Amino acid sequence: MTAPRVQYQTTDEVDFVIIGSGAAGGILAKELSTNGFRVVVLEQGPYLHESDFSHDELKILQEDLLTNHPKLQPNTFRKTPDEKAKPQRAVVYGRAVGGTSNHFTANFWRFHEIDFIERSKVGPIPGATFSDWPITYADLEPYYTKVEWEVGVSGLAGASPFDPPRSKPYPMPPLPVKSSGVLFERAARKLGLNPFPAPMAILSQPRAGRSACINCGFCLGFGCEVKAKSSSLVSMIPIAEKTGRCEIRPNSYVHKIELDARGRAVGAVYFDEKKNVHLQKAKAVIVSANGAETPRLLLLSASKQFPNGLANSSGYVGKNLMLNSGGISLGLFDERLNDYKGFAVSRILHDFYELDPQKVGFYGGGGLDARFDMTPINFAAGGGLPPDAPRWGKKFKDAIAHNFTRTVEIFSHGTSLPKEENSFSLDPELKDAWGLPALRMTYKDHADDIKLAKWLNEYGLQILDAAGAKKKWTYPIEEQQFAVHLLGTCRMGNDPKTSVINSDHRTHDVKNVFLCDGSSFVTSGRGQPTMTIEALAFRAADRITALAKRGEINA
Amino acid sequence: MVSAATHARAAAASPDPAKFEFFTPAEAAEVEAISSRIIPTDETPGAKEAGVVYFIDRSLVTFAKDSQKTYREGLLHVQELLAEKFPGAKRFSAATSEQQDAVIEGLSKEAEAPKARRGNRFGTNAQPFFETLRYHTIAGFLIAPDSDRRGNRDGVGWKVIGRDPEHMFQPPFGALDKDYPGWQPAAAEKK
Repeated sequence: MTAPRVQYQTTDEVDFVIIGSGAAGGILAKELSTNGFRVVVLEQGPYLHESDFSHDELKILQEDLLTNHPKLQPNTFRKTPDEKAKPQRAVVYGRAVGGTSNHFTANFWRFHEIDFIERSKVGPIPGATFSDWPITYADLEPYYTKVEWEVGVSGLAGASPFDPPRSKPYPMPPLPVKSSGVLFERAARKLGLNPFPAPMAILSQPRAGRSACINCGFCLGFGCEVKAKSSSLVSMIPIAEKTGRCEIRPNSYVHKIELDARGRAVGAVYFDEKKNVHLQKAKAVIVSANGAETPRLLLLSASKQFPNGLANSSGYVGKNLMLNSGGISLGLFDERLNDYKGFAVSRILHDFYELDPQKVGFYGGGGLDARFDMTPINFAAGGGLPPDAPRWGKKFKDAIAHNFTRTVEIFSHGTSLPKEENSFSLDPELKDAWGLPALRMTYKDHADDIKLAKWLNEYGLQILDAAGAKKKWTYPIEEQQFAVHLLGTCRMGNDPKTSVINSDHRTHDVKNVFLCDGSSFVTSGRGQPTMTIEALAFRAADRITALAKRGEINA
Repeated sequence: MVSAATHARAAAASPDPAKFEFFTPAEAAEVEAISSRIIPTDETPGAKEAGVVYFIDRSLVTFAKDSQKTYREGLLHVQELLAEKFPGAKRFSAATSEQQDAVIEGLSKEAEAPKARRGNRFGTNAQPFFETLRYHTIAGFLIAPDSDRRGNRDGVGWKVIGRDPEHMFQPPFGALDKDYPGWQPAAAEKK
């Protein structure tokens, strides 16, 4: 069934080497290879398939089957640049072919017009490097549509009065409603709000040789066993490989972009599985390694020509990190909701997408969703029970027995303001298992982000009340020290002094190095970045193709 | 390469479930007794029926290798606590359930419980014995029964929490979506 895969020699100068095979890298690989280019994708993680995925929670929670491993790749964390960072797991991202798109929740919200021009509308905010994007919603709209149709998104066009304009409806109806969705919808309407079916990157109907969702209930954190979740692994990479021009090379950990004497990239240097070092030659390098590893790779690639890190004349590589703010409130109901069945989210609302700073007293906006995304161990051992629940003995057992089928979470997702001090950088002491400087995270939420999270979370509790929850509680809103949304660390902009890439995703400093992933973001959106990462990747592929066809990549 | 499913089938068919890979029989009896106070057997099955001790035993030679010392030292500590509270008592597994609960009550209060949070990734490493054993007991009770980890025997843990054993489901899932009339825009519904 499968055609023999192409294999390039490292000495073959291919057109593009792409670092990372996730949400962005997978799309770039598919687009560029179908456009006729020769592509090598270097992925640090293994090449896994549906048969490797299962419902074994410990493979996910303890063994990091799909994610970066804290022992091999430790992190350090500090709140502010004047502190010494301490070893602590700070970042979780996908580390396998398909990247984080293998295990995400699959909430696929488009950004709205406001997300691209909010700085102009709101004005400057003290303590934040708040900026407009160099592109607008209209520039990205065709590519959002491409994501929905080519990657596969289920949803209902026109269901939300707040939706931005769209050129085409969704290719598939929404996924079925869950009991959490029904109670959320009823309660939100009681409060005068506008709940609607969640757009999800999970197939509600069979499509392109992939199964519709079978509602197995092991979704967030897990790889999909039936290809229903629209990861790059199942949607894009098979098409790229079928061109016969794209090689996916797993277990390839890139640690340097190699330059020639004129300061142009000649390829990517990586460790193979046995820690042997290779240089894959290429006419251009595209880094889609995620908002943590992309800046880290540029910093690791410092040289005589680029002493502060590659493409870092602005000093902005790794800076302006945004994680998205938000909170979780939980409610316990009388009825057996059985929300453990199915995907996570079936209803959301966007009524608070743009809050008026004059009215609420802070900048920000966001959305709410109703879900239950906890698997059994995670529920009972982690955060599924109310804080006053007993932790062992008969009463503990009674609590998990009663609550597992009757608990609902309301998630709030919102903006993060960019701050220059919030960053990824190289730890000066700690090393990873390859002897490379570990990833260091510096993060302290902007005060407005905390206010927003509290405000949205309060609303989550009101919805639970209106829904008739018998008991409700919330996790305390605290300053974040743990990241899964990795945004803004090589931001896009027209001014080389305050941005790392231009609107073609080309670095201002090195003509044949392009960056495309969450690091490209200028603002954080409202808490669901992957849809926009993917739209950017489709657009970047068009821009890069046009440059290459005009012979301008390495001129 | 052997697939997980094949491996699981082989494990399930393993003829001698009593074989331990890490614990001595005496240690296993103690661990089983402690985990049975965390998730006791009453009118429904508990940690004992779910085979949690076999799960923990295998954990300690697989993903939780780093916790071996925690267990060896923790079990000794439990004996000390027991003897302190009930002079003459030597083995936790031989104590009355009231005595056992008193020991666990003491043990659980020695260190501050980790904050309840979305416990996606519980680092058992460097956690106190009680927290490690508690996590492993819960995991052994609720792990997917078709995994090769020897826990949740016959799916009894899932039965207790009301998780149906099927691998896939069709809607309606629960009490409220059952009678959902289908999506209606807000204005239409208000009428």
